[in-house]
Amino acid sequence: MNGPHDLGGAMGFGAINPEKNEPVFHAEWEGRALGVTLAAGALGAWSIDESRHARECLPWPIYLGTSYYEIWIRALESLLLRHGFITGTELNSGTAEPGAAHPRQLTADRVASALARGGPCDRAITAEPAFAMGDRVRLQNRHPQGHTRIPGYARGKRGRVIAVHGGFVLPDSSAHGGGDAPERLYTVEFDGNELWGPQAEPGTRVTIDAWESYLDRA
Amino acid sequence: MHDHDNDHDHGSDLDEMTARVRALETILTRKGLVDPAAVDAIIDTYQNKVGPRNGAAVVARAWTDPAFADHLRRDATAAIAQMGFTGRQGEHMQALFNSADTHHMVVCTLCSCYPWTVLGVPPVWYKSPAYRSRAVREPRAVLADFGVTLPAGQAVKVWDSTAELRYLVIPQRPAGTEGWDADRLAALVTRDSMIGTGLALSAEPQP
Repeated sequence: MNGPHDLGGAMGFGAINPEKNEPVFHAEWEGRALGVTLAAGALGAWSIDESRHARECLPWPIYLGTSYYEIWIRALESLLLRHGFITGTELNSGTAEPGAAHPRQLTADRVASALARGGPCDRAITAEPAFAMGDRVRLQNRHPQGHTRIPGYARGKRGRVIAVHGGFVLPDSSAHGGGDAPERLYTVEFDGNELWGPQAEPGTRVTIDAWESYLDRA
Repeated sequence: MHDHDNDHDHGSDLDEMTARVRALETILTRKGLVDPAAVDAIIDTYQNKVGPRNGAAVVARAWTDPAFADHLRRDATAAIAQMGFTGRQGEHMQALFNSADTHHMVVCTLCSCYPWTVLGVPPVWYKSPAYRSRAVREPRAVLADFGVTLPAGQAVKVWDSTAELRYLVIPQRPAGTEGWDADRLAALVTRDSMIGTGLALSAEPQP
């Protein structure tokens, strides 16, 4: 979707201002937000792609005007509501009737192993790669209503394949309950001039990782 | 929940968010969906255990152990796993070796993808619209914001993390570190040098 998250190439956000000796969390609630988001994700009801889409569906002023952990919490609330884990009444009141532990509740003793395992997104596929190293390709010009990982700034642009990877879960499917639908992934390199025209910084190249169905031969 | 009084400064947001997150955690805990002790353990992991020291150890080993560096080029996930760093947001690692010809820089324009297993959770600037919008369009200007000026002959290559591959930059080894062991070298490897918005520290003591 052409949402507030698709920021590559946008102007007007100013200088970057890195913070010296930045703490991991700037307030206690940020750590709780991270922990609750990961613990709720361990229930297994949604994919990482669906959670990303929930964040990019937030209103533009919220997405662009709040901290990243606030974005996470707002998206988590919408995911929990959508999947029936909580009700609007509970959210508004800030409390709920006690219930038994969910069978997939992430308990403290399993945190280390769950984090060390992560959530691999590679999937076995049998199809031969449609593209090879060095092939000239064009990223499709698509504007889907739903989730995609085609960044706006590279749509319709020509690049070359610099790495051929294995199969990976297709976010466009996985974000909408369509299953893994794995496809081969490629790293595609673009010249700065192709993306930014005469305003490109000389000699700059940009790569993106693109699923096979994002690409056409150029 | 987000009505603002005009005379409130930014601190009021923090209070609102404290209440909002606490309410959500309370609901989830009462319903048996979340174990607060698990939340504590997750916080402890990223506050105290998983951070850029992991990545610095990987870089320093790559500088001192050619066989490891070669493994890192061929299969970064396996090489990094060999050092004990595995898991969430590091499932599919790629190592990018800086050279005199090319400087690598990593961004996620679409969200905040970042190699957690080797760098921990990302700093605020990495997730900011300013960095995400500018890194792909004007990386040298972005580097200037970090106080970094590259030689004109060194090309910049920006890696936009649009899939589940997570990129770790291996900065160039500083001059004058011949004979240093990996532990000593690791102290020169900053977080930003592994994102590509910085360089490894100089071997000379900082003034």
